[in-house]
Amino acid sequence: MIYLNNAATTIQKPPAVAEAVVAAMAGAGSSSRGASASDLAAARSVAGARVKLARLIGFTHPERVIFTLNATMALNIAIFGSLRPGDHVITTDFEHNSVLRPLHELERRGVIELDYLRADAAGRLHMEELEGLFRPSTRAVVATHASNLTGAITDAAALAAAAHAHGARFVLDASQTLGALPVDMAALGADILCFTGHKALMGPQGTGGLAVAPDLELDPLVHGGTGVKSADPFQPLSWPEHLEAGTMNGHGLAGLDAALEFLLDLGADRVAEHEAALRERFVAGARAIPGITVYGAEDGHAHTGVIALNLAGVDSSTLADRLAFEYDIATRAGLHCAPRIHESLGTLQTGAVRFSFGWYTRPDDVDAALRALADIAAA
Amino acid sequence: MAREKTEHIVVSFASTFDAMEAERLCQEAGVAGRIIPLPVEIDSECGLAWSMPADDAALAAFHAATEGHLVPEGVHRLML
Repeated sequence: MIYLNNAATTIQKPPAVAEAVVAAMAGAGSSSRGASASDLAAARSVAGARVKLARLIGFTHPERVIFTLNATMALNIAIFGSLRPGDHVITTDFEHNSVLRPLHELERRGVIELDYLRADAAGRLHMEELEGLFRPSTRAVVATHASNLTGAITDAAALAAAAHAHGARFVLDASQTLGALPVDMAALGADILCFTGHKALMGPQGTGGLAVAPDLELDPLVHGGTGVKSADPFQPLSWPEHLEAGTMNGHGLAGLDAALEFLLDLGADRVAEHEAALRERFVAGARAIPGITVYGAEDGHAHTGVIALNLAGVDSSTLADRLAFEYDIATRAGLHCAPRIHESLGTLQTGAVRFSFGWYTRPDDVDAALRALADIAAA
Repeated sequence: MAREKTEHIVVSFASTFDAMEAERLCQEAGVAGRIIPLPVEIDSECGLAWSMPADDAALAAFHAATEGHLVPEGVHRLML
């Protein structure tokens, strides 16, 4: 199979990742739930993953790297933990439902008011409209670092600077970029950076988290056992336990620790160069095929290795199905949990087919996908 | 079989992460000691503690290894 659905999850990972998970399942106990050799093995692995994740984002407070089960849970902690009745929030048309739905829920409950930084039909964010969206009550700007549909990279530093100028916090969803691009939390101005472990970081599913800037207050979303301060009726104030309740996915985090080690050795800049070259090759080839529309290819944004397209006269789900069953090429059709950017692009009714590359994608894979698209277009 | 208690220096921490960092830093620096469950005599944010011989030189080595990386919550002398 040619796997081009890396924006959903990576299935080709460094061999050390699965080896670490298997080793952890065979011998690791539970972090912070004992001091035996097996429990300490788990605690060392989790602590090691915190240190490596912090190093990857240039963050000097690894104790404020919180692990969750996925980016959605991390974003829920960041959003529900930050917002109070009467707060106003700015988000963007690029967002995934992991940002939109928690915000919609708070809006529906009457807790917050919400505005969107619009994207146009070419997939461009209207940054010139940002300043006009702020209110005295604006508490947070929540934005993705890159669209999971078009791959367009947002100007996170500009969003952060505007948020900070208005006394608001900036929450960055780095689900599509951490591991795929060099990401520096401070340079991007992120007060909270949310991530997933199973996409470009190439770790296991069931891993994700958030890094929280020093001195930033954030209420826990989940309350329960932490292995420490057990007599205290409330969640401990110490970090990371303040935001981590319940047994952690220690087996998965052992794999994430191995993945981070691989990525730190490799360098995210090399991944970015690799994916940019693949994207350029693919976009040039796809646009030469009659009937293909590539969305957001000339939108003025830089891009990750993610491309959305449609073929005239072929339903997007049919195209993805034919690619899968006739050519053994994995892509993703539909709305990609990102309804607002589909609405901006005019594809809310049709959906689109997304091709997404990763570190293990080869130029031959891109060429095979282009040949398949040309075959289907010519039929 | 009963074990004779001896005096130890026990360092407590604000979080499990600090405890694991202390272990890593001490092992890298060759400081004697190991992680133990937090003794019941100590009230701490963390359920783990660093135990080392009751020796001022060992304590100095611990501080040298961890200074700038973490601040212990408490340093105790206990019969363990």
